[in-house]
Amino acid sequence: MEGQATLTMASNPYFSLTVLFVAALGFGLAPLALAWLWAHFFSPAKPNAVKNAIYECGLVSQGDAWVQFRSSYYLYAIIFLIFDVEAVFLLPFAVAFTGLGAAACLAMLVFVLMLVEGLAWAWAKGILTWV
Amino acid sequence: MAVDENLKIELGKQGVFVTTIQELYNWGRKNSVWPMQFGLACCAIEMIATTMARYDLARFGAEVFRPSPRQADLMIISGTVTKKMAPQVVRLYNQMAEPRYVIAMGACAISGGPFKQGYNVLKGIDRYIPVDVHIPGCPPRPEALIQAFMTLQKKIDQHHLTGEGRPRYLDAEAQGEFPVPEFGAHDLEPARNKGVWVLPEEIR
Repeated sequence: MEGQATLTMASNPYFSLTVLFVAALGFGLAPLALAWLWAHFFSPAKPNAVKNAIYECGLVSQGDAWVQFRSSYYLYAIIFLIFDVEAVFLLPFAVAFTGLGAAACLAMLVFVLMLVEGLAWAWAKGILTWV
Repeated sequence: MAVDENLKIELGKQGVFVTTIQELYNWGRKNSVWPMQFGLACCAIEMIATTMARYDLARFGAEVFRPSPRQADLMIISGTVTKKMAPQVVRLYNQMAEPRYVIAMGACAISGGPFKQGYNVLKGIDRYIPVDVHIPGCPPRPEALIQAFMTLQKKIDQHHLTGEGRPRYLDAEAQGEFPVPEFGAHDLEPARNKGVWVLPEEIR
């Protein structure tokens, strides 16, 4: 019975996957475990205030490392995107301009107008003035 | 238990490789000494040259200059240590993870060098932190730095994992913190770390 059980387990299509998964896990965990064992038996930890301080290129650390950055700069990123995307699409449009039909020119005009609308919105909102 | 050197050679001829954990550990350590990316003065230019293709420090497994003391094993004091800079150097040394090594590169790092008489120059970084290898020269050539590296590797190779002569980082009792000097009225305070540097006796 037991032999039959192992046979069915080995013939399972997921068997090789399981073996690989366990091997991959061992591959990652074994060095960590070895390092932990080594540290435990040989090298004693000697933490102190200077060593644990936040690294600031050797200077005395000022405040906390967990500071928040102002997120209001996202508007500049969006406006940059308007001009950036415009340039990317305008270049191939300009290159192929002579061979284009009226429909293609109209599509391009709609695209540019959409971006202009974004710029107008930003202008109206007063983002373009530096504070 | 140490294996007899001749027996080891004999076994090696037969295709049998014998080693100890200590040897394996030291071999691994000495071939992966990562220096800290940290230059002080003109010696740093020679240090940079040492890492480049012509001198190729990578041959010694030490080309990975780490920009953080947390990942570095070796501090190369490459140049003049002014009294303004000394606390930062000592703090960086403290922030490195054990085991850590120090190479004092050039006349200034050893003794103050040509600026020894200056009021603002530290007369050798070994007043505050333990230095493993000193190299003279003003500045030392890249070959000299490589020589220092090889000396350090030999030193690491001779470390014992246990017993009396084991290095500081394996000894729970040994000093782990090296006090960072502060700016005093006339000099750095303290002027030296008494546990690291003993005042030389004056001979008259």
